Amino acid sequence: MSEKNIGSIVGVNGNMLTVKFETSVTQNEVAYAIMGDIRLKSEVIRVRGQLADLQVYEDTRGLKVGDAVEFTNELLSIELGPGLLAQVYDGLQNPLNKLAEKSGFFLKRGLYMEALDYERLWQFTPSAKIGDRLSAGDKVGSVPEGIFEHLIMLPFGFKGKWEVVSVAPAGSYNITFPVAKVKNEIGEQQTVTMVQKWPVKIPITAYKEKLIPEKPLITQQRIIDTFFPVSKGGTFCTPGPFGAGKTVLQHALSRYAEADVVVVAACGERAGEVVEVLREFPHLEDPKTGRTLMERSVIICNTSSMPVAAREASVYTAITITEYYRQMGLDCVLLADSTSRWAQALREMSGRLEEIPGEEAFPAYLESLIAGFYERAGLVKLNNGKTGSVTIGGAVSPAGGNFEEPVTQATLKVVGAFLGLSRDRANARRFPAIHPLDSWSHYASIVDEELVDFAREILRRGNEVNQMMKVIGEEGTHVDDFQIYMKSEFLDAVYLQQNTFDKVDGATNEERQKHVFGKVVLVLKTKFPFNHKDEARHLFNELRQMFIDWNYTAWNSNGFKEIEGSIDSKVKERSKHA
Amino acid sequence: MRKVYHKIIQIAGNVITVEADNIIYGELAEVTSRRGTSLAQVIRLQGQKVFLQVFAGSRGVSTGDEVRFLGKPMQVSSSEDLLGRVFTGAGDPKDGRPSIKDKLIEIGGPSVNPAKRIIPRRMIRTGIPMIDIFNSLVESQKLPIFSVAGEPYNKLLARIAMQAEVDVIILGGMGLKNDDYLFFRNTLDEQGSLSRSIMFVHTAADPVVECLLVPDMALAVAESYALNHKRVLVLLSDMTNFADAMKEIAITMEQIPSNRGYPGDLYSQLASRYEKAVDFEGAGSITILAVTTMPGDDVTHPIPDNTGYITEGQFYLRRGRIEPFGSLSRLKQLVNDKTRKDHRVIMDTMIRLYADFRETREKQSMGFKMSSWDEKLLKYGLLFEKRMMDLSVNIPLEEGLTLGWKTLAECFDKTETGVKSDIIKEFWPEKQ
Repeated sequence: MSEKNIGSIVGVNGNMLTVKFETSVTQNEVAYAIMGDIRLKSEVIRVRGQLADLQVYEDTRGLKVGDAVEFTNELLSIELGPGLLAQVYDGLQNPLNKLAEKSGFFLKRGLYMEALDYERLWQFTPSAKIGDRLSAGDKVGSVPEGIFEHLIMLPFGFKGKWEVVSVAPAGSYNITFPVAKVKNEIGEQQTVTMVQKWPVKIPITAYKEKLIPEKPLITQQRIIDTFFPVSKGGTFCTPGPFGAGKTVLQHALSRYAEADVVVVAACGERAGEVVEVLREFPHLEDPKTGRTLMERSVIICNTSSMPVAAREASVYTAITITEYYRQMGLDCVLLADSTSRWAQALREMSGRLEEIPGEEAFPAYLESLIAGFYERAGLVKLNNGKTGSVTIGGAVSPAGGNFEEPVTQATLKVVGAFLGLSRDRANARRFPAIHPLDSWSHYASIVDEELVDFAREILRRGNEVNQMMKVIGEEGTHVDDFQIYMKSEFLDAVYLQQNTFDKVDGATNEERQKHVFGKVVLVLKTKFPFNHKDEARHLFNELRQMFIDWNYTAWNSNGFKEIEGSIDSKVKERSKHA
Repeated sequence: MRKVYHKIIQIAGNVITVEADNIIYGELAEVTSRRGTSLAQVIRLQGQKVFLQVFAGSRGVSTGDEVRFLGKPMQVSSSEDLLGRVFTGAGDPKDGRPSIKDKLIEIGGPSVNPAKRIIPRRMIRTGIPMIDIFNSLVESQKLPIFSVAGEPYNKLLARIAMQAEVDVIILGGMGLKNDDYLFFRNTLDEQGSLSRSIMFVHTAADPVVECLLVPDMALAVAESYALNHKRVLVLLSDMTNFADAMKEIAITMEQIPSNRGYPGDLYSQLASRYEKAVDFEGAGSITILAVTTMPGDDVTHPIPDNTGYITEGQFYLRRGRIEPFGSLSRLKQLVNDKTRKDHRVIMDTMIRLYADFRETREKQSMGFKMSSWDEKLLKYGLLFEKRMMDLSVNIPLEEGLTLGWKTLAECFDKTETGVKSDIIKEFWPEKQ
C-alpha cells in the first residue's frame, strides 16, 4: 500500500487510545501513535463504527486529542531466524542489551530495535535442489547456530506447494540475503531469506500431526520426575502463594531440564530475578553440551514495571520462538513466570474497554485465551517425519494463595500436570514446596507406577497418623502407626526435598533417581520390629542422615557406593531383631 | 499564554471535567476556586472532555471556576538543595522556607532496563539482630514491613534509617498522622541526620489526591540522586494509604473494581513504584523500605498480597517484635556468606531451635509433661526473645553472632545443636 492509513486520536485513557479512522482497520493490527518524533507502538483491540480502540505498548503521557495514528495493516509479529539463541528480549522482541547501549539505564519510549543482527554472516549450506517441491516449514538449507543446525525453512506463511527455482550455493550470507527463489502453482515468485516474520498470536502449524506426549522430560527434580512427571510436549503449571519458591523452582527447571532449547518468559515479575538469570546463565555450564546455559536459552523479559500491554505480548512472543525451534525437530521448553500477570494485563485492558466483567473482574474470555495458549504445546510429527516438541510450564500467582481463583482454575482445566506449591511446606523449609498429596500429573513416571503408588500411600497414611497424633498426642499412638508416620517423614526428607542450591543434590539424573528411589522403597517396604517409638525415631533419624549424605555425594563415585553399602547393612541388621 | 477555561461540566469526587482543545494527556492545570489555587492533572481525554484530578480535592470548586492548563507534566526538583527540606504531597515546601524550582525532573519516569541492573551485593547494617543476623537487608532491596495499626512500625522505620549506612534518606509519608511526621522530623534532627534527609509528607488531614504523588516524587528524586552515585534509602509509610487513595480515584472514575474494590491495575501500580529499587551498574543505588499495614491483620488482603508478590521478602512486625517466622529477606543469601563464617550456621540453628521452643510451649500450655529437653528449650526461647528479638537491642552483627553462641552454650550441650563439628570447634565458647 502506498497510501498510508492515518487516523486521529479522539480519546486517551491510561494506555488505551480511541482513534477515529477513515478507511478500514484490521483487528489486532499494529499502529503507531505519533507524538512529535516519537512513535508509540500500539495494537487495535476493538473496532466500533469508525472508532478503533488501541492498547499502547508504552506510557501514553504527552499524547493529545487530534494526534495522528498510523496503521500498518500488519499483525503484531516477530522476526524468526538464526541468532535468537542467547538473546534477551523485551515483550516486543527488542533486544535489551542493544537498547541499553543506545539509551543507557532507562528504557526509552518509542525506541524499537531490530531483533536479529542484520550484518552478521552465517555459513549457509543448501539442501533443497532446483525443482524440489516444498511446503511451508520444509528445509531449504541450514546454518550452524551454536550447538544446532539451524534450519532455514520455507516461511510458515507460504500456502500450498512451492517449486524451487534457484538456490544460493554454500557460503556466508547475512540473514536478508535471498538464499532461494521459489514459485507456486500459479507462477507467483517469492524469495526466501534466513529471516521470516510471524504474527505471535497465531500458532505455527507447519507440521503433519500432533502426537500424544509420551517421553518424559527429565527435569532432574526428584519430586517431579518420579511423582509428578511432565512429558516432552506436555503442559504443567506451578501455582503458589508468594514466598513458596515458584521462581526458584522455575530457575531450577530452566537450568536442569534436559531440553534442547529453553525459552524463559519473565512476565510481569521482579526485575531482580531476571537479572540473576541474565548474569549467571552465561557462566553456567550445560552438562549435556559443555556450552554455557545461555547458548540454549532465549530470555523474554517484560518485568512488572515495564508497560503492561507489552506484558500480554511477551508470552506470545515467547511461545512463538519456542514453536520456531520446535520446527527444527528440537525439544523445546517454555517457562512462563507468571501467567497471572499476563491475565492481570488482560483484566486491566478489559476494564478500560468497559467490558462486562467475569469473576474477580477478569474478562469472560480469559479461560479460552489460557486454553489457547497451553494448546500451543505439544509433540508434533514434522513434514520430514522427525518429531519436535514444545513443553509449557506456567507459574501462577493466585491472589492470597487461594487456588480457587479464576486464573488457577482456568489453567488447571487445560494442563497435564499440576505442581501446587504450598505455603505450609515453604514455611517448614521443605523445598521444593510442591505439595505431595494435592498435586497430580497425567503423564507417565520414570519409575514403576506401582512403586510410586505405594510411596504415595505411605505419604497419605503418614499424614493421617500425623493428624491423629495432633489430637491424641504421641503417647496414644500405636507404634506401628508411628512407624508409618516416620516412614512418610523419611520419604519426604530424603527424596521429595531437594536442595536446589547444591551442585550435586540440585540435579538428580534419571538413572540415579531410579536407583535411589528403589532403595527408598526398600526402606519403606521393610517392616522394622520396634518395641518403642524412640527406637523408631532413632533409626529413621540415622537412615535420614545416611540418605541425605548419599544425596550430596556424586553419582557412582566411591563415596556413593560406600554409603550405599552402609545403608544396605543398616537396613538388613535392623529388620531382623529388635 | 495558554487559554483559560471557565466551564466545568462535571464534578464527581475529586475529579472535574472541562471541555477544552489541544490538551496533553498527563499535563497539569491550575484550578482556581474560592478556596485558593490547586494543581490538577489530566487523567483522561475523551473527545473534547478533559478529566482532571484535583490535588486539593474538589470541595468548594464551582462550575464557573477557572481552569488554566500549564502544558507540562508534574515535575519535582532534583537539586542538591532538597537535603534537609520538607515538602507536601504536591511538592510545596512544608517547612516555611522558599520553594525550589531548579533541576526539574518529571516524576514517574520510565523503567530501568533489566540489562543495566546488577546483582545486589552489599549488606546494609542496621544494628537490629533480627534483621542483620536472620534476614539481612541488602542494598537495592525492596522490602515492606507488614504490620497492623498500633504497632511501632514508624519507630522501627526511623531506627533503621538512623543506623543504616546510606548517603541520603528520603521519606515518603502517606496519610501520616501529624504526630508521626513530627516524630520522624525530630528523630532525624536529634540524630543529626536531617541534613542528609528529604521528606515528602502527606498527612492524614491533607487532600487524598496528594497522597498519590508522594511515592512518585520521593522515588524520582531518589533516582536522580542514585544516578549521581549516591546510595539512597527510601522510606515509604504507609503504602496501604496509597493503595486506598488509588481505590478512591478508581471508583470515582467508574472503573470496574477487581478485588474488594481495588482497581485491576493495583499490582502494576505498586510494582512500578517498588521496582524503582535498583543497583545501577557504575552508579548509586535505591533501597526501599515500606510499611504496609494489613487491614484486619490479613495477609491475603489485596494490598499485602500484591505487595508480597512484588517485593523481595517482608518483615512481619507483631507485638513490637520482628517475627522470626514469615519474615524473609530473599536477598540475604547474596550477602551472608561474606560476613563471618558462622553467620549462616547461627541463623539456621537459632531459628530451628526457636521453632522447637514454640512447639514445646504449645505442648506446655496444653498440659503435656515437660522433658529435660523441653526445659532446655524453654530456657533458650526466653533468652532468644530477650537477646535477639527485642527491638531495643542494638548491637553490630559480629557481636550478635557471638551473643548467639553464648546463648546456645548457656542452654545446650555441643552435640544437641546439630551444628557441624568443625564449626563447633571454632566457635563454641568454653565455660569459664
